[in-house]
Amino acid sequence: MTAYRYNLSNRAYTFVNLRELLAKATPLRSGDVLAGIAAADAEERVAAQMALAELPLKAFLNEAVIPYEDDEVTRLIVDEHDAEAFEPISSLTVGDFRNWLLSENADEETLARLAPGLTPEMVAAVSKIMRLQDLILVAQRCRVVTRFRNTIGLAERMATRLQPNDPTDNPGGIAASILDGLLYGSGDAVIGINPATDSLRNVSELLVMLDAIISKYQIPTQSCVLTHITTSIEAINRGAPVDLVFQSIAGTEAANASFGADLALLQEGYEAALALGRGTLGDNVMYFETGQGSALSADAHHGVDQQTLEARSYAVARKFRPLLVNTVVGFIGPEYLFDGKQITRAGLEDHFCGKLLGVPMGCDVCYTNHAEADQDDMDALLTLLGVAGCSYIMGIPGSDDVMLNYQSTSFHDALYVRQVLGLRPAPEFEAWLERMGIFDDAMQPQLTDSLPEPFRQALAGVSHD
Amino acid sequence: MTDRRDRPEQAAPAVVNPWEFLRDYTTARIALGRAGSSLPTNRHLDFQLAHARARDAVQSELDMATLAGDISALGYETLRLHSAAPDRATYLQRPDLGRRLDEASHRLLDHNERAGGTAFIVADGLSALAVQRHAPAMLEAILSRLDPKAWSVAPIALVEQGRVAISDEIGALLGAELAVILIGERPGLSSPDSLGIYLTYGPQVGNTDADRNCISNIRAAGLSYPEAAHRLHHLMTSARRLGLSGVTLKDDSDALVEPAEASRLRRNFLVDEQ
Repeated sequence: MTAYRYNLSNRAYTFVNLRELLAKATPLRSGDVLAGIAAADAEERVAAQMALAELPLKAFLNEAVIPYEDDEVTRLIVDEHDAEAFEPISSLTVGDFRNWLLSENADEETLARLAPGLTPEMVAAVSKIMRLQDLILVAQRCRVVTRFRNTIGLAERMATRLQPNDPTDNPGGIAASILDGLLYGSGDAVIGINPATDSLRNVSELLVMLDAIISKYQIPTQSCVLTHITTSIEAINRGAPVDLVFQSIAGTEAANASFGADLALLQEGYEAALALGRGTLGDNVMYFETGQGSALSADAHHGVDQQTLEARSYAVARKFRPLLVNTVVGFIGPEYLFDGKQITRAGLEDHFCGKLLGVPMGCDVCYTNHAEADQDDMDALLTLLGVAGCSYIMGIPGSDDVMLNYQSTSFHDALYVRQVLGLRPAPEFEAWLERMGIFDDAMQPQLTDSLPEPFRQALAGVSHD
Repeated sequence: MTDRRDRPEQAAPAVVNPWEFLRDYTTARIALGRAGSSLPTNRHLDFQLAHARARDAVQSELDMATLAGDISALGYETLRLHSAAPDRATYLQRPDLGRRLDEASHRLLDHNERAGGTAFIVADGLSALAVQRHAPAMLEAILSRLDPKAWSVAPIALVEQGRVAISDEIGALLGAELAVILIGERPGLSSPDSLGIYLTYGPQVGNTDADRNCISNIRAAGLSYPEAAHRLHHLMTSARRLGLSGVTLKDDSDALVEPAEASRLRRNFLVDEQ
């Protein structure tokens, strides 16, 4: 293994290997400090960034941050690397790569062709020497389009996951939140429930319920119950209407094992959902969630910084052609991302890395009550992600997830960001919103005194309960 | 100067959603109405208040004197301990320190006699408010169910800046067979004072969450003290009988664990035929 050196006028710095170089070059965040791998001070961080900028991209093909023999995610990254796609940038250093990405040469088509030639570590490395505006500018040029019953990821569009969670999985409460979301124009990415109870019976009942709602109102969207992949596979085997198979994933084999998953199991879930053929426009059938710090929290990080590991989870994701991937950026807590500043940067890094690697990246713009963050921080990150071309965000009634006890973006937030940036829902869903009379036009929700007739009928029964 | 009533055209009420009555059926913040497309002022400020309360709960400090007094009144000896996290800021960023005792506390327990039996521990966790409000009454509810002939109870440990796993070190130092920790849960936006209970059979440093059983959401609008005590008693009895706790110990108590605020509307009205 090579040591990496960098000489500043006052001091010579040595980084024993690529893993240490990447960790010390990472902009400050509490998780790397907790892991004991962060730069000792601000100067060492910049020295590491300068050393990293001089590193040829080819070095990443010769040195793995976690050994090939020890980790199936490393094997996936190495074995599936496309040398031909990498060729156009093969002589660049990390610093040159940043310059190239910012140049006019890196257009949408070129970046799409390049994606299979990039490894997560290359992408993580360049992100560490980029400012927020760089992360936004480059991500905006990346286009990752996926389809199931509608089209996610088109230019000038931003979709939302309608997240109608209920602390007891009560059908009435879930239906109320779904109705609220639909009437605020939310739900094109997916209508996705985090179940309070993971039992097969409960999950199957929720799947049937979502399928019935989508069918009855002919909503061009897909459903998901975010349960463990083995439960989804079992539900499929028993004939439940599964649109998307969900799994939390991470960037190391050991962290995935802590989630009870590995590549073989993901393949099994992927094939099971594919065989159902429930998509009408496309066959992207997977939904993955990720987040910086998950490997550290499972004590499965191998001394690698949390942002590099996060990028490695996108290599896992892209193997299975997902419809949606999202980084649940502020959920994990202040011991990994301390405050609004760290959450904001992490959200933009994750979105950039995912998009550059060819993954349909969305973001759960969120925080917990023990983090140093508030609604202002979320507004800032949401707006920045909107500019960056983020594929989708969450939509939760009033930002308050009453089941998972955290705050994410609301239906109102989605309307705000669409309004100020001129973003529109997925085209098929947009047409449905107009057909139902929910939106007058793409941007303006219709006054609610004229409830769409089918929903008026549904509500008529409730008020007499 | 013109009175506001003289200029009704300047009133700018928010648009109300006609499905507002559904709010009776869920705790989710639905049908908030809108100002343009945005949150109406009152809903925005409701949220700010809830967040302020949750933030204050995270920063709240345990009033040890009052807590010790409340618990002594139940007829139990108390021990005052502190984790290795000196303050809240450190506690939030260093979960490892919150899981261990500081030196003075460790020494105190080390020199104490090994009481054995069941160790009850009360720690602030992420909401001292929850502990202050619910721990004494919750302790009373469970202790009154324990037959003194069958259960011996160690002095009750009160811990500042503690996390769940600190119950391992304390339980081990007390020579306890069972460790039961009552701890403030991460405050939700509408639940700043939620208490959790974790039970570990054979407490020792290095146990993981897989070795514990949890009872969550103990608060006025959540799980009641008698229900929580019923479940805890059941878990404690099973743990001792089987000599284990954690994922292999199932909670098959029949307690009705539905939050009091849960919806009365059980059916999915969007697809039910009228």
